[in-house]
Amino acid sequence: MIEFADVSRIFMVGGQEVPALRNINLHLVAGEYVSIMGPSGSGKSTLLNLIGLLDRPSSGMYRLDGLDVTTLDDEHQAQVRREKIGFVFQFFHLVPRLSAAMNIELPLILAGVPPQERKERVGQLLESYGLADRAGHRPDQLSGGQRQRVAIARATIMRPAVLLADEPTGNLDQTTGKEVMSLLEQLVGQGVALILVTHDPALGQRAARQLQMVDGRIVSDTRNISQA
Amino acid sequence: MNLTDTLLFASGSLRGARSRTLLMILAMSIGVAAVVILTALGEGARRYVVGQFSSLGSNLVIVLPGRSETAGVNPGMLLGQTERDIVLDDAQALLRSTAVRRIAPLTIGTALASHGARNREVVVLGSTADLLPIRHMELAQGQFLPAIDMQSASPVCVLGAKIKRELFGSEAAVGAWLHLGDRRFRVIGVLASQGESMGMNTDDLVVVPVASAHMLFNTQALFRVLVEAKSRDLIARAQKDAEDIMMQQHGGERDVTVITQDAVLATFDRILHALTLAVGGIAAISLSVAGVLIMNVMLIAVAQRTQEIGLLKALGAPSSEIRRLFFAEAVLLSGIGSMAGLLLGEIGSAVIGQFYPALPVSAPWWAVLAAFGTALGTGILFSVWPARRAAQLDPVLALARR
Ligand SMILES: Nc1ncnc2c1ncn2[C@@H]1O[C@H](COP(=O)(O)OP(=O)(O)OP(=O)(O)O)[C@@H](O)[C@H]1O
Ligand SMILES: [Mg+2]
Repeated sequence: MIEFADVSRIFMVGGQEVPALRNINLHLVAGEYVSIMGPSGSGKSTLLNLIGLLDRPSSGMYRLDGLDVTTLDDEHQAQVRREKIGFVFQFFHLVPRLSAAMNIELPLILAGVPPQERKERVGQLLESYGLADRAGHRPDQLSGGQRQRVAIARATIMRPAVLLADEPTGNLDQTTGKEVMSLLEQLVGQGVALILVTHDPALGQRAARQLQMVDGRIVSDTRNISQA
Repeated sequence: MNLTDTLLFASGSLRGARSRTLLMILAMSIGVAAVVILTALGEGARRYVVGQFSSLGSNLVIVLPGRSETAGVNPGMLLGQTERDIVLDDAQALLRSTAVRRIAPLTIGTALASHGARNREVVVLGSTADLLPIRHMELAQGQFLPAIDMQSASPVCVLGAKIKRELFGSEAAVGAWLHLGDRRFRVIGVLASQGESMGMNTDDLVVVPVASAHMLFNTQALFRVLVEAKSRDLIARAQKDAEDIMMQQHGGERDVTVITQDAVLATFDRILHALTLAVGGIAAISLSVAGVLIMNVMLIAVAQRTQEIGLLKALGAPSSEIRRLFFAEAVLLSGIGSMAGLLLGEIGSAVIGQFYPALPVSAPWWAVLAAFGTALGTGILFSVWPARRAAQLDPVLALARR
C-alpha cells in the first residue's frame, strides 16, 4: 500500500544541507502494524510526515495505493490526507476552544459531510471510546488520556486506511499510556494500518514489524514471528 | 467544507479571541461611524443652507449696484466713470417687465433707537409693503408697512422681535413712539421671531418705508432690489428684463449685477456637496486605518494559531480552505464592525440633531453605502495577506511546535 523508492529528505539550514532521510526504501502493506524506533534526530518524525503527505521528499518516489502522490497538487494531497490518513500526535493538538465532540467532528466538517450524519458518527465514536459523558467538555477540562482518546477518535472518524502516531504515549503516564495503546491496537485488529513512532522498546516490541532508524537510514527491519 | 460550516468555524474562532474581536469591531465601527456622522453633518449643512435660501423667498432675482468681477472688466471703470447708484426710479422701472410680480427696494443703515430711557444701536431696513410677502416674513402684532408710493416717506416702523423685547420689554409697542436718530416713528407692527436667516436676523431689525430711510441716512442709493418673478419658469426672463431695464435707466451702461437666487443656491449647493465629499473622504481614511489594524491583528492571529492551522492541514484542509477561513473571519469582522458603525453613526447623528435642531442631520444614502462598502472592502483587502500567510504555513513546523 505504501511504497518508498529511494526517498531522501534534505533540509537546508543556513545554506547547509542537513539530510534527515537518506535513500529510504520501504514497502508497507494494508493493515500492517509497524513501529519505528531509533535515537533522537534519526529521522523518525520526518519519515512519518512524508508518509502523511505533510512534507515532500527532496528526491525519490512515494506511491500510495499505487498512485504517485509526490506530484499531486495541494488540493489533491489534502484530499488524500482527509480520506486515507489519520494523525495522532504526542501533544494531542486538540483545538482548545472546541469541545471534545467538535474536535472529533472537524475532519467530517472539512470533508463536507452533512450535519445530521456528522452528529451520528461522532456520537457513535464517543460512545465506543468511552467519552460519551465528555462530549461537551473542552480539552482543558479533560485528562491527558482522555485528550489522546479524543485525538484518536478524530484521527479515525474518517475511517482512514493508515494511522500515523508520533509518540502517542510520550506525554502520558504508564497506565493511561497502556489504555491508549490498547485502543490503537484494537483499531489494528479492525484492519487499520498503524505506524507507531516510539522511544519505548517495550511498546515497539508489540508491533508485528519493527523498523530501526539511525542517522536517516533504516538499519533494521524485523518481524515478530510470535505475532505474525 | 460548505459555506455555513466555514462561517460557523470562523465565528467560533472570533468568539475564541474575544478581546481581539471586540477591539477590531470597535476600530471598524468608529471608522464607519465617522463617515456616517461627518457626511451627515455636511449634508445637514447643505440642506440647512438650501432651506435658508428658500425661506428668503422664492423665484427671487436680486439687483445690486456694481458689476461683479466675474462679468469681466467694466469699460466704464477704465474710462474713470463711476458706477451709478440704483435709485428708486430704477426700482420702479423694473415693474415694467411682464415677468416681474413685485419688487422690494432695500436700503440699509444703522441708527440709534431709543424709547424712553432705553436705547440701542439698530439696523434699519428701508423697504416697501411688498417686502413682507417677498421675504416670507410674518407679523406677530399690528401691521406691516402701508402700501404707499415708494417715493413718499411716512413716520412709521415695524420692529423685529428682539428689538421690541429690548426696548419695550413687556410694554405694548404698537402705537408707541420710537426715536431713530433724530426722527420719530410710530410703531405699527412687530415681526414674528424667525431667527437667523442668511446672515440677516430679522429679529434684530427695524423696518421703515424706504423713502423715510433715505431721509434718515441722507442718501438716494439703494442697497439692492429684490425682484420676484411671476413663476419659476419666468426667473430667467425676469433676470434678462431687469438687466435690460437697468441698462436703459443708466444710459446704456451695464453697471449693475443681476443674480438669481437659483444661481447662488446652486453654487452653495455645489460647494457644500464638495465639502461633504471631502469630509467623508477624510473619514474614509480612518476606515483604511481600521483596515491596517485588522491586517495587523490578523497577522498576529495567524502567528498565534499556527498549530491550529497546521492541524487543519493535517486533517485534510487544503491551503485554499485555510485562506477561506481567514477570509470569512475578516468578512465577519468588518461586516459586524460596519453594522455597529452604522448604528453608532445614526445614534451620533441623532444626538447632534438633538443639540442643533435647526440642522437637518442625516447621512445621505450614498455615504452610508460607501462607508459600508469601504469597511467591507478594506476588511477583505487587508486580510488577503494574513490569509495567504496562513495558507502557506508549513504544517510540519506548525505541529512540531508545542
Ligand atoms: N524543518 C526542519 N529544518 C531543518 N532540519 C530539520 C527539520 N526537521 C527536522 N530536521 C532535522 O532532521 C533530522 C531528523 O529530525 P526528526 O525530527 O525526523 O528526528 P526524530 O527521529 O523524530 O527525533 P525525535 O526522536 O527527537 O523526535 C534532525 O537532524 C533534525 O534536526
Ligand atoms: Mg520526532
